[in-house]
Amino acid sequence: MGLLSWLILLPFLTALAVVCVPARRWMMIRWIALAGTGLHLILTGIATFRFWGLAMPDVASMKTATLMKLYLVEQVPWFQTLGIQYHVGVDGISMAMVILTSIIIFTGVLASWNVKERTKEFFVLLLTLVTGVFGVFLSFDLFLFFMFYEVAVLPMYLLIGIWGTGPKEYAAMKLTLMLLVGSAFILVGILALYHASGLHTFDLTRLAQVSYSTDLQYWVFPMLFVGFGVLGALYPFHTWSPDGHASAPTAVSMLHAGVLMKLGGYGALRIAVYLLPDGAKDWGLFFMALTTINILYGSFGAIVQKDLKYFTAYSSVSHCGFVLFGVAALNLMGVKGAVIQMFSHGIMTGLFFGLIGMVYGRTHTRMINEMGGLAKVMPWLAVCFYVGGLASLGLPGFSGFVAESHVFLGGFFGNPWTNAVAMKTLTVIATLSIVVTAVYVLRGLARVFQGPIENHHFLELTDATLTEKISTGVLVATLAFAGIMPWFLIDLIESSIMPIINRLHATGTMVAFY
Amino acid sequence: MMFQNLGFMLNHTWLIPAIPFFSFLLVGLFIRPRSPKLAGIVATVAVFAAACCAYVLAWEYFHLFPAGTERHALVPWNFEWLRYQEHLAVRAGVLVDPISVLLMVVVTTVSALVHLYSIGYMHGDQGYGRYFTWLNLFTFSMLGLVVAPNILQMYVCWELVGASSFLLIGFYYEKPSAVAASKKAFIVTRFADLGFLLGVIILGYYGYHFFGELSPALAQQMGQYTAGGVVDPFDFAYLTHPEVLSKFVGLGTGFLGVSLLTMAMVLVYMGAAGKSAMFPLHIWLPDAMEGPTPVSALIHAATMVVAGVYLVARTFLVFATSGDALMVVAYIGAFTSLFAAVIGCTQDDIKRVLAFSTLSQLGYMMFALGVATMDHPLGYTASMFHLFTHAFFKALLFLGAGALIHAVHSNEIWDMGGLARKMPITHATVLIATLAIAGIWPLAGFFSKDEILVSALENQHYGIFGLGLLVAGITAFYMFRIYFVSFWGKARSKHAEHAHEAPLVMLIPLMILAVLSVVAGWVPMGEFVSLGGASHGAAEGAHHGINWAVAGPSLFVAAIGISVAWFLYGSGHEERSKSVASSLGGVYTTIKRKFYFDELYLFITHKVVFRFVAAPIAWFDRHVVDGGVNLSGWITRTSSTALSRLQTGQVQTYGAWFVGGSIGALLVLWHLMF
Amino acid sequence: MSFSEIFVQAPSAVHWLILSSLLFSIGIYGILTRRNAVGILMSTELLLNSASLNFVVFNKFVAPSSVDGQVMSLFVIAVAAAEVVVGMAIFVALFKCRKTVDVTQMNLMRN
Repeated sequence: MGLLSWLILLPFLTALAVVCVPARRWMMIRWIALAGTGLHLILTGIATFRFWGLAMPDVASMKTATLMKLYLVEQVPWFQTLGIQYHVGVDGISMAMVILTSIIIFTGVLASWNVKERTKEFFVLLLTLVTGVFGVFLSFDLFLFFMFYEVAVLPMYLLIGIWGTGPKEYAAMKLTLMLLVGSAFILVGILALYHASGLHTFDLTRLAQVSYSTDLQYWVFPMLFVGFGVLGALYPFHTWSPDGHASAPTAVSMLHAGVLMKLGGYGALRIAVYLLPDGAKDWGLFFMALTTINILYGSFGAIVQKDLKYFTAYSSVSHCGFVLFGVAALNLMGVKGAVIQMFSHGIMTGLFFGLIGMVYGRTHTRMINEMGGLAKVMPWLAVCFYVGGLASLGLPGFSGFVAESHVFLGGFFGNPWTNAVAMKTLTVIATLSIVVTAVYVLRGLARVFQGPIENHHFLELTDATLTEKISTGVLVATLAFAGIMPWFLIDLIESSIMPIINRLHATGTMVAFY
Repeated sequence: MMFQNLGFMLNHTWLIPAIPFFSFLLVGLFIRPRSPKLAGIVATVAVFAAACCAYVLAWEYFHLFPAGTERHALVPWNFEWLRYQEHLAVRAGVLVDPISVLLMVVVTTVSALVHLYSIGYMHGDQGYGRYFTWLNLFTFSMLGLVVAPNILQMYVCWELVGASSFLLIGFYYEKPSAVAASKKAFIVTRFADLGFLLGVIILGYYGYHFFGELSPALAQQMGQYTAGGVVDPFDFAYLTHPEVLSKFVGLGTGFLGVSLLTMAMVLVYMGAAGKSAMFPLHIWLPDAMEGPTPVSALIHAATMVVAGVYLVARTFLVFATSGDALMVVAYIGAFTSLFAAVIGCTQDDIKRVLAFSTLSQLGYMMFALGVATMDHPLGYTASMFHLFTHAFFKALLFLGAGALIHAVHSNEIWDMGGLARKMPITHATVLIATLAIAGIWPLAGFFSKDEILVSALENQHYGIFGLGLLVAGITAFYMFRIYFVSFWGKARSKHAEHAHEAPLVMLIPLMILAVLSVVAGWVPMGEFVSLGGASHGAAEGAHHGINWAVAGPSLFVAAIGISVAWFLYGSGHEERSKSVASSLGGVYTTIKRKFYFDELYLFITHKVVFRFVAAPIAWFDRHVVDGGVNLSGWITRTSSTALSRLQTGQVQTYGAWFVGGSIGALLVLWHLMF
Repeated sequence: MSFSEIFVQAPSAVHWLILSSLLFSIGIYGILTRRNAVGILMSTELLLNSASLNFVVFNKFVAPSSVDGQVMSLFVIAVAAAEVVVGMAIFVALFKCRKTVDVTQMNLMRN
């Protein structure tokens, strides 16, 4: 069995191993989960090296290619009568996302070290969910993609509804229903493509070679983009996110905000934009406007939040707006920025939610006004929080700057099919967010960590434990690494983005550049 | 290429920013947790090493291009750090040219002296190790900014400098006022950086398009002094090249009928104005005094705040091509210098007075650049000269104030008094600095300030000249006000009675800076720094003699300022100052409250933005958008309840539907068939 | 044909069909409106008989040579009888439980 199949199956096998352990031995369960995810991290490293060795020689030829090139491919027929195969492969974008997910699930397991209630079921569901995520990022057959997509969404309902806090049933129900509605749109889109292509196959690489009629693209593209956008927190379909993230347990929030929301951006790019370039050109400006609203609206909304988790959730809404904004810009810099932002924000938000869980576990409150002066008693957590905060407002030296500068330049530079003035205006409006983000990040963090300690109970709190230090340390190191040495990430993804951009240029007519 | 036979430092200029960077990592990650004391020493040694490298570099550079030759900007090292797309990248590198060498010398010297001083000042503080970590980070960022060969590297380091400043202002993080000050500083400068970013994006966008139209020969010519020979649209060598500038001018007008070049440069200036605290973005600087005093000396006097001036100087040719942008620079600079000087007369906190004094002097530097033109670029030289001298005497003033504050445990000048006898060395050095800033011959400030006034006169900016003269007088007044109140007269508080001299480790930097404040003015700056590369040594009126038409009035005005200060604040004269203050009544209070700008800022953020923008958006999201989702849920539930009423449970109802339905279907079928 | 002429002529298929549709309507009406379960059964009988009448009529007027329709009619009668037995059994059981055979009371599946 190939390396990629192992990458997908390993979390599931870990879940099976957990199933075999009696429920009362919860300590063993978490060690099994940690071992499994740690092993997965190593496998991901191996896969990255192999991918790098295979892909780097092709960089020059990818500059003009319109068909994406996959590596480490495994292709096995499954339901031949329907044209469904087990087709997995990896290219730069997928590789980056797999690395992200590996890191997040590893640190997520560390952050869930103290789940004592129904530990077994928790880890089984978490690991199954992550199996779905890896499957989505690695599969290149649309049916397989959709199947894994559902596997990634459904355990959320149980995870939030049982192990969550606050209005968890309501949040779980809302999240699952909205995401399933999004999936319904995606399914319609996929089936439309299946039938319109006439090829009787779900294989992405073959469907990509078909030129669909512009009328078809005109209604299928928004359907797919909105369907994926629901998961990617596209305005106005983002409202599942604040309640969902706030009510979810720590590791689930980390995974959801950090990884699942990126499934939306990934799908929008890989399927909607790549397969339907003319639709993308028609609808690009519209979605760019919606995502601009996302960016600013989310950041303004975060300013007045009183609960730390809602604060981070709105911040996520704002940052996920950058992803879809970059995709909608339809040029190399914009799309590159979108993918980098997917990676960067995933790590960042994983860090944030992990830290919030650690702080909550100590102070037993999430209300910003009830905390204060915590930096004195928890310096490590405070520093990590500030690193996350500064990274999220786009400070150079962390990956957030790399992503945001790409997106801003991409949006401003425009593309030949969209009104240049409109795109420039939207980009300028979007740049306002660097100020608003600074406002809410600094205000929120100052009120939690700085100032005098007002609640005397806080004086007895402890700083991070070893597991917490490892998980936050890994995330901070990743942010810094991607920020200080961005060329690794950029080289990883750039040649995989070229086919998408080349395809956009190769089809259809161009609007006058004015 | 030409980079083979250069001196060691010229080939290894990257060491100058790199040494503080590695020291930052070493101290922050490894040394600080174990031994804070060692952290302080390592950090200080690192910056001193960087300073020595800077001196060697200066020597090598000015020997490579002796007086009279054309001085080229060299980029001996750069690599592609962040590639956006083909021909568009952020390159990390080092640029060596007169002003960058000047700034490297200034930044490393002042930073090294501040590090040394801090070993004494911060002794015993709980955050000692943390302090030196951030100071090193700051030094690295500032040096990175100064050596930036392209505008994006400058932006990157600009942000890092802002972040270091944030961390250092908020150093005493348990004090709410310090927390608020650090937030304010970061947010105001972030707002300014928004303008900077937009300006950079606009320049990059059009620059990229023009880049494609360049002939390869021209591109090669632009890159001839760059290692690797590659120049990209963000490089200063590209942006300031006459060919490219003429293309920018040819762009014509854009938004609101303003020329695109002017718009881009005004946006860039917004960033410079924010960092250099020009009106109306000045509000963060006085509050930034909440940080430890050595931090104020380094960041908010000598180095970070001059970043804005440096940016304008670096892109001077672009500003000059768009004449309107340069006018904006001049007028805002002039206004700020007057505005700040007036407020500085009324403040009681010694650091706040020095902060406003810095604002005022920055205004000088800005308008000096503003009044220069490509034909008469004396203002460029004058501005850099004043930056050079000001760094030394202002740092000295702050460090001296730190010694005073250390002695009397208070920032208020009215808690001091009679310290001249108790702290003789501090007194002597601070007096030298005060005389320097007041522009008294033969100290440094005299020469640099006069150069600025000469340049204003030369370019027929008589209004600005007059204003500069006025402000010089006011400067002398308020600086001597604090001098007289702090050092003369009787001790006004218990601590002042028992004050003693600062420890040696704090005095050495004071003495070194005092010497520099004296001799820095004797440097023939025109021979080192001037526009166009060629040194206009004798031609531009630098030190072939003192221009008495300007020096006379300026000394006179300074003398008046000092006398008025002595009159109002000299020993035994305190009642006079109080009666003058009360007779001015409301005007005095308004000025003392800094014209209520801080209240305005708070009003705008809290009452307007938070209440009328952020809160409604959050409400809207919760109730309208989320309400829509909940509405769909409600509709589903209600309609299902309604529809369930069809299930009466009675067979006959179902039967009736069945019959009705079948008859209906048959009719339809009948209709369709015939 | 005038009204009096209808009664003079021998009945044609149309007349019989009108009769059977009248019977059918009465049966439907009875099913849908009678309260008593046994009454519904009786109406069902009417329904079945009208269908059976239709069979015989078509047999006589459309295909007089075969006997299929009349045979069908016999089948209907047999089935109707069996069905009545089953229905009555259900109603007896229901009566034992509910003490009534009023169908409007049988609404446990409501909503």
